[in-house]
Amino acid sequence: MGCCGAREQKEHFLDEAVDLTLIDGEINKYKEVKGSLITILQHAQEIYGYLPLSVLEHIANKTGIYSSQVFGVATFYTQFRLNPVGENLIMLCKGTACHVNGADKIEEVIIEELGINDGETTEDNLFTLNNVACLGCCSLSPVMMINGETYGSLTPQKTREILNQLKEESLLVREGN
Amino acid sequence: MKVVVGLGSCGIAAGARKVYEELDHQVKNNNLDIDLEITGCVGMCHLEPIVDIYDEDNHLERYVKVSSDKILEIINKSIEKNQDNTYKISQVDEEALGKQVRIAIENCGVINPERLEEYLENGGYEALKKCLLEMTPEEIIGEIRDSGLRGRGGAGFPTWFKWNAAMVEKATPKFMVCNADEGDPGAFMDRSVLEGDPHRLLEGMAIGAYAMGAEEGIIYVRAEYPLAIKRLDIAIKQAREAGFLGKKILGSDFNFDVRIKAGAGAFVCGEETALIASLEGERGMPRLKPPFPAQKGYWNQPTNINNVETFANVPWIIRNGGEAFAAYGTERSKGTKLFALTGKIKKGGLVEVPMGMPIRDIIYGIGGGILNDKKFKAVQMGGPSGGCIPAELDATTVDYESLSKVGAIMGSGGMVVMDESTCMVEMARFFLDFTRKESCGKCIHCRLGTKRMLEILDRIVKGDGREGDIELLESLAVEVKDGSLCGLGQTAPNPVLSTIRFFRDEYEAHINDKKCPAHACKALITYEVVEENCIGCGMCKRSCPVDAISGAPKKIHEIDQEICIQCGKCYEVCKFDAIKID
Repeated sequence: MGCCGAREQKEHFLDEAVDLTLIDGEINKYKEVKGSLITILQHAQEIYGYLPLSVLEHIANKTGIYSSQVFGVATFYTQFRLNPVGENLIMLCKGTACHVNGADKIEEVIIEELGINDGETTEDNLFTLNNVACLGCCSLSPVMMINGETYGSLTPQKTREILNQLKEESLLVREGN
Repeated sequence: MKVVVGLGSCGIAAGARKVYEELDHQVKNNNLDIDLEITGCVGMCHLEPIVDIYDEDNHLERYVKVSSDKILEIINKSIEKNQDNTYKISQVDEEALGKQVRIAIENCGVINPERLEEYLENGGYEALKKCLLEMTPEEIIGEIRDSGLRGRGGAGFPTWFKWNAAMVEKATPKFMVCNADEGDPGAFMDRSVLEGDPHRLLEGMAIGAYAMGAEEGIIYVRAEYPLAIKRLDIAIKQAREAGFLGKKILGSDFNFDVRIKAGAGAFVCGEETALIASLEGERGMPRLKPPFPAQKGYWNQPTNINNVETFANVPWIIRNGGEAFAAYGTERSKGTKLFALTGKIKKGGLVEVPMGMPIRDIIYGIGGGILNDKKFKAVQMGGPSGGCIPAELDATTVDYESLSKVGAIMGSGGMVVMDESTCMVEMARFFLDFTRKESCGKCIHCRLGTKRMLEILDRIVKGDGREGDIELLESLAVEVKDGSLCGLGQTAPNPVLSTIRFFRDEYEAHINDKKCPAHACKALITYEVVEENCIGCGMCKRSCPVDAISGAPKKIHEIDQEICIQCGKCYEVCKFDAIKID
């Protein structure tokens, strides 16, 4: 970002060296279509898994949109992440129905088991916890979604089992490599 | 034989995909003479996965809570006409479905949402045909006016009025936008329509677009609804191929096409002007009205925005006439309304009922009553913009006027049931936390006012509430309402005001007595051993994460209140009711 907050931002966000050309196709496709910034950012997140600062700068340079505006949009919407996520992304539903049916207890279990709070990633990079507003499966509350799979009617015990199983599976995959 | 598996998001989450895959595998491997189909959500989420079996005479048997290892057994028994009722839907549940009036979701859970033919067989696109070939835009708007249809997204503005305002504008191009960015936590009505009957939305939009003179339609849908986006995408392609979208639709001079725009997650985009800013690729921040979107909306052109449920009613109204729709409901709230019934309820799900039905009929008649037969305390309607209706007012009817009279709103249709174990102060805190996070930050009263209100609620539930806090909340609430530009800020204090109105005693108990009557606020409860019940088994001692419990085996245990963190583990593990909450 070419403004005075640039250094501060870089301190806050991990900015890995990524291949900027991966997003060029999408930028060229949408560059001339006005109002496409959100769409470009969505594609960028699909490609990189998150929005690295260098990619945001790259998008600003290529599209001619002010980098402050790109950064403003990227931080406004809950879908966008500025830091990478772990291998298993836990989306814990904190909607009204889940809240009433004990989502806070489930969050406590996750924090206890993994040692991470909302928005954080475990040191071994296995899990990231994201609290989300609503997954829309209210009748199965409390609910969490991990890697696209929905786990419903959670209890503290069930949550622990799911986390442990995923941990084992992920470690097996790692050893296999 | 035809077998239909319900593959809505909640069905899939409950395991319906596995049932479908197993069945598909069996059909292919064993050459079974089974026509395997999918359908959307029928609304009975508590019974998912649901499988419908039609025999040769097209007679329907519905099976519920089906698992992949039971499906073959069920089918075999059905072929043998074996009257085994283990998995069949119960009479009570069947009747609960019968108490509903299905207009917006008449096809949901009935047709295959990925097949245009099935939509056509059920009267699909007939309304569009009628409009294009027999009706003028004025006549269509007149029909919608006669129906009394009001916006189903929350505010309840008459649909015909908006369409008319956009129609009389001379500027072109005009835009027809569908708000499918269902942001209210605890609501999934729109998702069910999108997943279960996507063509219906396209037809409703096309009719509205013809009436107002728009040639381009945009569906702004939550990115969190991948299945809805996928099915909409399929439907749009099918409609284009069949000539229901595109140039010179059905031989008329009307051109109309639709595209999907995936929203990126912001509750404030439920506000029309914020949604338009988001469509234009900006931060979703609202602006002053007027000019209204009907005059200057998307790229400053005339734009009409309705939500999914509103559009889903339109084809039915055109086919059956505005009067038939107006025959349902109350004097000023016509037709039916979809509700997402959730929370502490036995049979949660999606229900469509005529306006004017008493809340208790929905909760007990359709929802089967309160979970674990606990005491019904309140129902929250309208999500973060709405309010609570206490149990003693359960005769209140669901229509725009009655609900606003008791301080709640119709909203988009979230209906969250709460029992005696839900703390109403904590509930207000929960909603304020949500609106504070979702405030776009444009208006100072909304941005800072919600934060200050949240801080006060935080301290109340932590036991640090001060005298005068209730009055302070009330005065801040008025200021936030008055000082905010859009619906988010204007309604954000509602959950607080409504809980103060009906549950002031709970606020007072928190502040004055440092007690939480619902035993839900951690800082205000203590766990104690019930000496007569304790057998000294040691379960609590072992489960305590902070070693706050002491006691020799087979002797009465004791909790050290200085160390206890109120996690509730001892209460959960004790099998002898020997831990009580005070």
